[in-house]
Amino acid sequence: MKKNTQALFNLKDVRVAFVDSFIKLKPQTQLLNYVMFVVYVGAILTTVITIQEMATNRFNSFNLQITIWLWFTVFFANFAEALAEGKGKAQAESLREAKQNLTARKIKSGVEEIVPGTSLHVGDLYICSAGEVIAADGEIVEGIASVDESAITGESAPVIRESGGDRSAVTAGTRVLSDRVVIKVSAEPGESYIDKLIAMVEGANRQKTPNEVSLGILLLALSFVFLLAVLTLKGFIFYSSSDSAIREAYSIPVMIALLVCLIPTTIGGLLSAIGISGMERLLKKNIIAKSGKAVEAAGDVDVLLLDKTGTITLGSRQASEFHAADSVSDNELATAAFLCSIKDETPEGRSIVQLAEVKYKINIDFFQSKFEFLPFMAETRMSGLNFEHKGQLRELRKGAADAVEKFITLKGGVYPESIRKTVRSIAQQGGTPLVVSDDARVLGVVHLKDIVKAGIKERFGQLRKMGIRTVMITGDNPLTAAAIAAEAGVDDFLAEATPEMKLERIRYEQLQGHMIAMVGDGTNDAPALAQADVGVAMNTGTQAAREAGNMVDLDSNPTKLIEVVETGKQLLMTRGALTTFSIANDVAKYFAILPAIFAGIYVVNGVGVLESLDIMGLHSPQSAILSAVIFNALIIVALIPLALKGVSYKALGAKEILRKNMAIYGFGGLIVPFIGIWLIDRCLVILGLV
Amino acid sequence: MPRNDVLTLLVYFITLISLSIPLGYLISQVLQGKPPAYLKWLIPVENLVLKFSGTIDQEQKARSYLKDLLLFNLMGFLFLFVILVTQGALPLNPQNYPGLTWHLAFNTAMSFVTNTNWQAYSGEASLSNFSQMVGLTTQNFLSAATGLAVIAVLARGLSRKMDGRVGNFATDLVRSIIYIFLPLSFVFSLLFVSQGVVQSLADFKIVTTLEGAEQIIPTGAAASQIAIKQLGTNGGGFFGVNSAHPFENPTPFTNFLQLLLILLLPVSQVFAFGKMLNRPRQGYAILFSMFLLFIPLLGLALYSEHTGIPEMGALLEGKELRFGVTESTLWGVATSAASNGSVNSMHSSFTPMAGLVFIFQMITGEVIFGGVGSGLYGMALYIVITLFLAGLMVGRSPEWLGKKIEAYEIKLALYALLIPGALILVGVCLAAVMPWGLSSLSHGGPHGLSELLYNFASTVGNNGSAFGGFAANTPIINSIFGLCMLIGRFIVIIPVILIAGSLGNKKTTPASAGTFPTDGVIFIVLLSGVVVIFGALTFFPVLALGPIAEHLLMLAGQTF
Repeated sequence: MKKNTQALFNLKDVRVAFVDSFIKLKPQTQLLNYVMFVVYVGAILTTVITIQEMATNRFNSFNLQITIWLWFTVFFANFAEALAEGKGKAQAESLREAKQNLTARKIKSGVEEIVPGTSLHVGDLYICSAGEVIAADGEIVEGIASVDESAITGESAPVIRESGGDRSAVTAGTRVLSDRVVIKVSAEPGESYIDKLIAMVEGANRQKTPNEVSLGILLLALSFVFLLAVLTLKGFIFYSSSDSAIREAYSIPVMIALLVCLIPTTIGGLLSAIGISGMERLLKKNIIAKSGKAVEAAGDVDVLLLDKTGTITLGSRQASEFHAADSVSDNELATAAFLCSIKDETPEGRSIVQLAEVKYKINIDFFQSKFEFLPFMAETRMSGLNFEHKGQLRELRKGAADAVEKFITLKGGVYPESIRKTVRSIAQQGGTPLVVSDDARVLGVVHLKDIVKAGIKERFGQLRKMGIRTVMITGDNPLTAAAIAAEAGVDDFLAEATPEMKLERIRYEQLQGHMIAMVGDGTNDAPALAQADVGVAMNTGTQAAREAGNMVDLDSNPTKLIEVVETGKQLLMTRGALTTFSIANDVAKYFAILPAIFAGIYVVNGVGVLESLDIMGLHSPQSAILSAVIFNALIIVALIPLALKGVSYKALGAKEILRKNMAIYGFGGLIVPFIGIWLIDRCLVILGLV
Repeated sequence: MPRNDVLTLLVYFITLISLSIPLGYLISQVLQGKPPAYLKWLIPVENLVLKFSGTIDQEQKARSYLKDLLLFNLMGFLFLFVILVTQGALPLNPQNYPGLTWHLAFNTAMSFVTNTNWQAYSGEASLSNFSQMVGLTTQNFLSAATGLAVIAVLARGLSRKMDGRVGNFATDLVRSIIYIFLPLSFVFSLLFVSQGVVQSLADFKIVTTLEGAEQIIPTGAAASQIAIKQLGTNGGGFFGVNSAHPFENPTPFTNFLQLLLILLLPVSQVFAFGKMLNRPRQGYAILFSMFLLFIPLLGLALYSEHTGIPEMGALLEGKELRFGVTESTLWGVATSAASNGSVNSMHSSFTPMAGLVFIFQMITGEVIFGGVGSGLYGMALYIVITLFLAGLMVGRSPEWLGKKIEAYEIKLALYALLIPGALILVGVCLAAVMPWGLSSLSHGGPHGLSELLYNFASTVGNNGSAFGGFAANTPIINSIFGLCMLIGRFIVIIPVILIAGSLGNKKTTPASAGTFPTDGVIFIVLLSGVVVIFGALTFFPVLALGPIAEHLLMLAGQTF
């Protein structure tokens, strides 16, 4: 908790936000928020009245205090918004630094020419070598390079970018660490990825989300009827009392105070801060949402399409078992497999070594310098080693079943039927069989398995509780897919998936009324990413994929979709909770202000009968009104952390969540202001302000 | 409260529910165009009417349906207005009553077209049998049928997928009249006649009393109008004092029957709604919400009435002794809940707290049971707002039965929920400070304010009952209340139909664990809470200065 608070408010942020809060007092800025605009106009009116009173020697400290607190209310709302914006600004600043003063070696009719990055246009070619910063977005058309993308992702490990395929996109502002590449520019100046990122994190073109629009209408309508309630009350008081002192006691400052207390200023003042901080929280998780709408849509997602590889499984296959051939000992097979893999640095190779070491206690005593290792080759689809044994060359191999079969048949060996059977059965279980041979003899089969990520099953369980169905997409055959789906605990799978099938599936689900989220990185994912309601593109993905999705995951970690969904839900919940809280607060405020206004009406034996509505027993009419206004202002400040952090979210069903939130924000909203107003009233009395 | 009264209440609610379930089923069948076997013999009548009126039974889009509905109601208004103004020249006018003034005719025509049945006139003293039968009774049927049609539209919008068509107005109207309102009215009229309610086209009787004085005893086609007046939540009595009149409500049995009819359709329609949605539980949940509000309110009114004024005990002023405190109070609470507006006692004479109960039910929009159609479709708008808040709070875009609630629906629902309230507030405020309002008041102080509040709430809420004594028949008040009734009725109907059309056009999201169920306990409680907070929050100040102040003054020994 303490850590969180620190993260929320560091001194510099607060200082910047403080200054920004004053800048935001401009009428144009205030007009963007109708509810707060009402407070703003009210504050101006009371200011004028107070000044007028001062000028005519009718100074009234009550009116002055009301004025001050109204300005505080406006200011606090500005402050909340400024504080939320602050984080984005800092991020934008660092992004902007990354793209300053970039130059490029443009190739113009075969000649290199140094030009500023901003003069590059779509289709231009330029060269970038080790140590240079990429000057404009583009595709690598020639060469391969390792690139440091930390300026954008914050991730210090370099990534490989090469021409052709899904990893050809480079981004301006990132640095080439090795080699030399030729880049074809794909974005006009000012429209580059980094420019878009800056715009996004700054929220420059922040559009209201659909639910924000609806909520805005609700708040505006409520403000309007409360305005009527406050105005008509003047008439009711006129009707109820002919005493001019009572009639005048319901003065313009009191009317404004009542109005400001009744209109939903708590949610009105924090509304934009909530929206901005939602994007912010995603940003902290290294996800950039292209619009708030996408974040909100994420909260509604009920079907999640996930690529199997890299998301559900580790992405690499791991050895899980050795199946020795007839009349071959397990140990012999394990030893051969171990030797074949000892120099194999692929995850599969390492896993074979590990399995052999752990399960069969094979160790590297066998290691002889005469070994000649053969790395995996695409042509042979085998790897292995050759060594001299008793003056003879022995060739150990491991590889795909058909490749090994061809290899030993050539050597005059016989490929046993039992091995064929084992191979088939492993394939059917969703695994990959690797056959190991020693010269013309088949030793056995290594079972490589797709390893489901630890904890993923629990994650899917949580999603199910939240009402989200997971669908695994894989290029595997249906049998394999079914086996992995069962192990990972996904609800459904799409096997042998082609890009068209993905798109088709999304359309189908949408037609059933579902909201779909999808993660992808390849160019062939782009149509599906665009079609999905929430498309999260991996930052390592192609330009096309990043353009098509409405979110970009800078860490390229597909399971983060779950966090996106949570953030989306949290965003809505925070708005809902504060709206409920705001409306529920009105009850207590009525009980503070109305008895104060009505005190002198219908007096029997010297006591106004309506004073019995003052159940809080407040000090005086003036202190009651003032306390309500002060509470109204302070509650905004008190709730800033909640607005920025969002209400806590647990993966629960809708019913439980609602019960919990109603208890806290609905019921709490009824009770808290009674206590708060009473306390403020006491303080005012002690401080002698009333 | 005497044990007998408790028993009466129990019998009342048990009978109400047990009759409502089959009737709800009937309504759902009829509105879906599948009249039950025992009413099949009426099919030729339906066909004849539809053929005669040139109706093509083709489903309409929301806007076209709405256009037909509004046009039909406009015609009904003009027809009634002309009858009332020209009744002097029309037949069946044994007392030779002249035509009504333009403003009274405007007010009365508006009143009956909008299912309000506010009575600025006194039936037996100003209307001919022709006006009552052809004019008013006809509208009693049509306005109730219009309300029921809107329920059908709403149910269709909610249950259809990506289909903007919401039914055919003429067909809905004709069917509900032929299969529901006419048969029921016929049966109940006979029951009422059997109990001594008058039904005659003869001249008024002039008799000499024992004291030798001459007394005019009015008669007329009362029984036939009274059945539909209660059944259709119209409430416009044949006689000026409504069901307090011995010819309109002669026996304890008729009193019980009429009480039953007041809430019969408003409760039945909720069952019918659930049935039409194919989700009976949705209907039960809405009904539970209504009861959750109704029972405490009834309890408060009964408690207040039985306690009465300190040192004086239960109040009997303004009540018929033959009905007593409990049945008068039950009637008052029921009639203000159901936007019926018929009375069997004088509401102005009730204790301030009972008055508050009546007013509360009207200012929240007549949705606690409410009128035929209007109660449920008004509640539907509260449901939209409830689900919007609930949706946000569970972190999911709000939806109702899988239909997304978006800015368009919210905007329309807010028009419908807030404009009537605003109209009441502004109306009462103006009347409370302007001579035209003050001069019509029959009381001063907080009771006077309650009187204004009651009457504005009654007209805007299309209830139609009055807080006694208010001199309503003036050009300006007739015009203002006429407009109040007009706006109060259609500012709700128009958005509801448009919302139904828009929802129908949408996809239906299948329910999941993340969906907030709209048939559980939380929904029921939340919906009731939203009705109270949302519906009454803006009225808190005026309620404090009206009934609450009056109550407190009464406790302090001061009455008005």
